[in-house]
Amino acid sequence: MTVEVELALTVGGLYAAGLYMVLRRSIVKLVIGLALLGHAANLLIFTMGGLVRGQPPLMHPWDTRLWGRFADPVPEALILTAIVIGFGVQAFAIVLIKRIYLDMGTEDLRELQSTDITP
Amino acid sequence: MNNALPLVIAIPMITAVISLLGRHRPGMQKGVGLAGSLALLSTSIAILAGVLLEGILSVQIGNWPAPYGITLVADVLSSLLTLVAAVVVLLVSIASWTEIDPDRVAFGYHPLLHILTMGICGSFLTGDVFNLYVWFEVMLISSFVLLGFGGERAQLEGTTKYVTLNLLSSTLFLAGIGVLYGTFGTLNMADLALQLRGPTHAHLAETLATLFLLAFGIKAAVFPLFFWLPASYHTPPVPVSAVFAGLLTKVGIYALVRFFTLIFSGDAAVMHRIILVLAAFTMVVGILGALPQRDFRRIVSFNLISHIGTLLVGLGIFTPLALAGTVFYLMHDIVTKTCLFLFTSIVQRLGGCADIGKLGGLYRSHPFMALLFLLAALSVGGIPPLSGFWGKLILVQAGIAEKEYWLVAAVFGAGFLTLYSMSTLWSEVFWKDRPEAIGDPECECVGRTFLPLSLVTPIGILVFLIVVMGIWPSPFFHLAELAARQLSDPQMYIQKILQGKP
Amino acid sequence: MIGRAFGLSCEGCHMFSIVLATATRFLLPLLLLLSVYLLVRGHNEPGGGFVGGLVAASAFSLYMIAFDVEKTRRLLRAEPRALVGAGLLVALGSAGVSPVLGKPFMTGVWLERTLPVVGKVGTPFLFDVGVYLVVVGVCLMILLTVAEE
Repeated sequence: MTVEVELALTVGGLYAAGLYMVLRRSIVKLVIGLALLGHAANLLIFTMGGLVRGQPPLMHPWDTRLWGRFADPVPEALILTAIVIGFGVQAFAIVLIKRIYLDMGTEDLRELQSTDITP
Repeated sequence: MNNALPLVIAIPMITAVISLLGRHRPGMQKGVGLAGSLALLSTSIAILAGVLLEGILSVQIGNWPAPYGITLVADVLSSLLTLVAAVVVLLVSIASWTEIDPDRVAFGYHPLLHILTMGICGSFLTGDVFNLYVWFEVMLISSFVLLGFGGERAQLEGTTKYVTLNLLSSTLFLAGIGVLYGTFGTLNMADLALQLRGPTHAHLAETLATLFLLAFGIKAAVFPLFFWLPASYHTPPVPVSAVFAGLLTKVGIYALVRFFTLIFSGDAAVMHRIILVLAAFTMVVGILGALPQRDFRRIVSFNLISHIGTLLVGLGIFTPLALAGTVFYLMHDIVTKTCLFLFTSIVQRLGGCADIGKLGGLYRSHPFMALLFLLAALSVGGIPPLSGFWGKLILVQAGIAEKEYWLVAAVFGAGFLTLYSMSTLWSEVFWKDRPEAIGDPECECVGRTFLPLSLVTPIGILVFLIVVMGIWPSPFFHLAELAARQLSDPQMYIQKILQGKP
Repeated sequence: MIGRAFGLSCEGCHMFSIVLATATRFLLPLLLLLSVYLLVRGHNEPGGGFVGGLVAASAFSLYMIAFDVEKTRRLLRAEPRALVGAGLLVALGSAGVSPVLGKPFMTGVWLERTLPVVGKVGTPFLFDVGVYLVVVGVCLMILLTVAEE
């Protein structure tokens, strides 16, 4: 039972850390913050899916169905998909940071406002 | 007929793969893109016909039964939007022949455009919440690259804002999915709708509804969450921003309509109230933002935001007539916004820049293009007998029927301001004389008069559609009404997918 | 870029570690074999196209760190984008078998007879092969693009 509480606290901590990082001025920290928020959401799915210890949902070849208590494989599949997507997005974000740094010589978000300013 | 549904996803994918494999041959990419878009168009016409003849179509991917496997569903709304999306993609891919520079084509513009199409069509057709998330991400990742590649300074800045807010929205969406699955143990939309009919989880349902409203609200650029849109949509090449403006925000609207008619419709009266207020603010604030702008695409961007609000009005009022208004306005809005954004290309070619203060006199040199723009602009402004008028008329009727007079006032106010904004655009760019002393090196190529046929034809077709929807609205309204009837009575949808199980 | 992050190269020169290079020559075929093993056992046991693809991609990235980007490209022969395209086509082809037989899209179709080594062969296995190719392609595309500059 306690594992749920610990995981819930971890999820909260990750959200807090992620939000804090997103609000910083550096783009690198922004991307780290977004990654943390993604991890928080994944862990949230994992916790909400219900925790079952040491019962993988694997069948023996001679069984026709799963017996007894077993872990729900759906949240894990969802998380795996979300992690893969997050991996792709973060790879893109890192290339973007690099381009911005090479082109403008800065990673300060306050200096990236030319598209916001109303002429 | 049911087996045609996966084709809508498979065709853009095959198109993308073939043009990825032949990415050093631009000529072949054009041909493949055209063929793929035409195939998609004909498939979506067939699906719409099938839905009208046989009712809701659905297929279980991998033959796994309903609440467990992934469902693809086409009701009237989905198939209608797929059809409009196919039209837009076809026209934009033709316009890209001349409007995208060879560097971007070599980088993989065409494959990315078709992957984006795959994401959009997938989002329209899926009947599973997590699958919707996956299609959203397919759409987002390709749109990130489309927005950022080419690497001009403004593009990189715009992409940063776009990526940040859209990733934030995806995170919220994902968290919502987690809570949804943890609570109800299912992610099939029809099954969720059934489970949420019971009064057991009323408070949790409201929390979840808020989470999804936030997530989709960011994607759709609803009032307090729209700031990424005007910061990014004017930066990429014109065909890219045309397809973004036409389709991406509308996918957010589609998701809101689907969720708030099917899943959160029972005791979520509060949510519909909130949506109404947000709609009014989006309409008014969006169009007020357009007034001080001087850049052609930024003005159109703010107009786009304002009309996102108009689209939400129907969802907020939530009567069959109002939903029909939303569906009709959705068709109109996709067509007109794509058209207006494509016009930027014309203006940039003829005038050399997009700053309306420095432009002028295009009516004298190109009266036909000026006429086409005038038709599109008046339609956005809601002047009869063009398509925008009928959409607004239905929404206003529905508002008066429900005695939401303040909302009707907001629709009218935003409508007048839109008309003002559009007529400013027309008179500044086309009507007034070109200012004499420019002295700006960016506005140099004034004398260019050549307009490629591959750019004028798509715009001509879009304006033709606007006029047809305006003077002959009854078949379109009939379709919108059918879609609204299915949306306001989700029982059919649920039964079709769960096959009368519970 | 990646190499620099690991302290293995610097501006204009490439630091060559003979220990790593020699180890990589032995490890690369082993890792590739492992990746294929993971791919094949994937249907009923832990493993599969995704994990296999990641192992294969990491084998190539090890090679990239030990030698350089040019050599890795030569070793790979195919362009990563072509791998992605081929993988998507294979996956889509496997999904398209069942509609031909009159079943819904992506329904698993299995061969009656089992093959030696591989075991039962069916469209889910083909799909996994497609996933394998896409994962290798995408990972190497990202790594090589970032490392090249």
